[in-house]
Order: sequence, then structure tokens, then C-alpha cells
Amino acid sequence: MTADELRQGVLAALREIAPEADLGRLAPDAPIRDQLDIDSIDFMRLLINISEKLHVDVPEADYPQVASLNGLVKYLGDRLVA
Amino acid sequence: MPALGADMTAGRLITWLKQPGDTVRRGEIIAEVDTDKGVIEVEVFTSGVVDKLLVEPGTKVPVGTPLAVIREAEGAPAAAVPTPSPRAPEGRARVSPVARALAAELAVDLANVHGTGPEGAITLDDVRQAAGKAGEAVGRGERMRQAIAAAVTRSKREIPHYYIGHTIDLGPASAWLAEQNRDRPVARRLLHSVLLVKAVAASLHDFPELNARWVEGRVAPAADINVGLAISLKGGGLVAPALHNADRQGLDDLMAATLDLVQRARAGTLRSSELSDPTITVTILGDRGVDTVYGVIYPPQVAIVGFGTVVEGPWVVEGRVVARPLVRATLAADHRVSDGHRGAAFLAAVARRLAEPARL
Repeated sequence: MTADELRQGVLAALREIAPEADLGRLAPDAPIRDQLDIDSIDFMRLLINISEKLHVDVPEADYPQVASLNGLVKYLGDRLVA
Repeated sequence: MPALGADMTAGRLITWLKQPGDTVRRGEIIAEVDTDKGVIEVEVFTSGVVDKLLVEPGTKVPVGTPLAVIREAEGAPAAAVPTPSPRAPEGRARVSPVARALAAELAVDLANVHGTGPEGAITLDDVRQAAGKAGEAVGRGERMRQAIAAAVTRSKREIPHYYIGHTIDLGPASAWLAEQNRDRPVARRLLHSVLLVKAVAASLHDFPELNARWVEGRVAPAADINVGLAISLKGGGLVAPALHNADRQGLDDLMAATLDLVQRARAGTLRSSELSDPTITVTILGDRGVDTVYGVIYPPQVAIVGFGTVVEGPWVVEGRVVARPLVRATLAADHRVSDGHRGAAFLAAVARRLAEPARL
């Protein structure tokens, strides 16, 4: 899976959590939760969605690495290669 | 039409999911209703056979209006869904189909329209006139804002609130949670919020005066502990649907129920009992960085518990200052029903339970 495909997959998952959000304006290196007003429950739903689709389970200890869109895409890419 | 909160006066029937002759069981979804809180699934409160549907889709009726007649299993006299109220019309208004359709389109409450047609039938012109009187249509967001305004205004006008706070050391709970979550897949992890809700629910056993309703000038303790969880909605506004019997649920079940409830609240697919059954509200605003929540009681409830952000702060343990994860718990309660002494004891009980998370 290419980085672009991963990015599209993440954006699709975000769309399910925050359907009202304008994802085109999402700053890729800034925290997703602050920008989209996502609470801890919706963040958990996002990671559940990603886990179901990509079979990558993000441990709690790694949450800081997946805070931004770029961080999440890179993390998933690294895990899928490993 | 069930009352789905103190602020609801009417609802519009969208669709029937059962037809006359269908067998229904208590708790089964029988209809969908459009309210200020979104589309709500109406549950039937008695088992039996659907005898008659009394309200047509598209019709807005006042709270308390019977929607259907359920014939109980033994062939006993039928029960209306829900029970009639004094405001319910004695018979169905005569409305032409085209007038009914226009009323649905213009969000006109047919129950309040004066019919000028034959035998008092409501005509197209009656609907148009009523729509004009009602002024410009308001969107769901605005209607929800108005409903919240009505509820909180009533709360602040009628309920003498008192407020107390208690800072709780979440060190044991956070450590236990991290240990629990380390080997769990994300779908089975627990959040702090579930521990907080469970600690509140379990503590209420010893404080029935906080798990109650104020009805007609008297306090009525509730039989069950149904925690209304305040959930902010994406388009603005909030709902506080019930986590039923939260005191009796294990943490895993409570977490699953919370995920489901939040998802359905934001998708607008709550069930009628979830909006009518809360006996106390818990609001957790930790995600937005606040440290203290001063809640407004949702009538006819008599208490609301708030939690702020879990932050690392100084805490004295055995004479030494150490860094601990702390959370500020608050209680806003009805002073007609309880007093600060009992409220303080309740928050202390919540803190004790959070100090022993494995027993939650």
C-alpha cells in the first residue's frame, strides 16, 4: 500500500468519525484531535476503524506518534512494512 | 408520544416499523420519531400484538398522545403506546392527505391547527395559515438550542443548586488502566471516563437522594441507577442519554455501551428509553482542557457530577510532594433534596472507589 493510499484510507476513517469536518483544510502536521474537535471516544473509534481496515493495532504508548495526519500515515506505513 | 426529557413537548412520527397484526416484545423498536434531539427509535413498553396504529407518519403530536394500541398476549384489553395524557386529543383530527403532507413539509404541528373544513377538517389553507403564524422554519440545530435553553432556564429558575468540588488522586486508577490496556487490542481498551462513570454509579447506592427525581414538589428516589452521559454533538448542542444500570455493569460492558451510545448519539439514532430514563447526569469535559466543571442539573433530576481534565500535579503522599495524575470532581445538586454535607460524603466515596480500580 502506497503512502497516498494510506493517507486516503486514514481520511476515509476520519470522515466516518467527523463527517461534518472539512478535511481539505486539515493541517497535516498539527494534532488531528484539536483541529477536528475529536474527543477520546471518537479517537478510539478512529483507531478501531483503522485496526479493522488495515489490521494495525496502535498501542497506547504510541499515541503521541499518531497525533497528526502525517504522523499517523507514517506510523501505519512503517508498521505495514515491518 | 413518549416524553424524551423535560424539554420535549411534541414529536413527529416518521415511520412505523411494525404493522397491525405484528407481534412485539417489550423493548422492541416500533417506530421512529423526529424530535429536537434527532431521530429517536421508540421502544414498545409491553409485549403483545399491534392492534391499531393511531398516528400517521408525518404527523406531529404532543407528548403523551397515544401512538398505537398493543393487545397484550392473553387477549386482554389493549394498552396504548404511550399512556394517554390530558393533552391528548380524543379523536384523530380530520386532515386531508395533501394537507397532512404539507404540514409535514412545513413542520406544522397538526395538533395545534384549527380546522375550518367540513366537520372541523384541517384544510390546505389551515396548514398554510398555521405555518405563517409559526414564523420562519427553524433548523434542527436551532430547535435543539431552544430546547436546551428551555431546560436550563427551568433548571436555574426552579432548582436551588449548590456546588462542591473534590480533587481526586487518579494515580492508582491510571496505573491500573495502563496495565489493563497494555495487552488489549484497541477495540477492547478502557478509557478513564468509564472508570469515572462506574465509580459514580456504584457510589450512588449509599446516596439515593442524589439518584432521584423531583416530581410535583417531592423527591422520588429512582429504582435503577441510569447514568445520563453528557455527549456533545458535532453540529452543536448536546444530549445526555442513559447508560442503563451502570452500577451493575462490568467495566468492559460499560465501555462497549459507552462507545455504542456516543456513536448513536452523534448519528442521531438514540432510543426513547435512553432519553427518558436517566436518573443522574455525568459530564466529562477533560478532552477540552478544563479543570473544573460547574454543571446545570437537568430537571427533573436532582444532581449532576462533573469531571475535568486528568492532569499531572503535586500531591502529598506520606509527607512528601509527588507528581500524580489528578482530576477535579464536582457535584451540582438540588439543595431541596440534599445538602453539602451529604454531597461531600458522596464525592469522597467516589474518590475511595477510584483508589481501588480493580474492585470497580
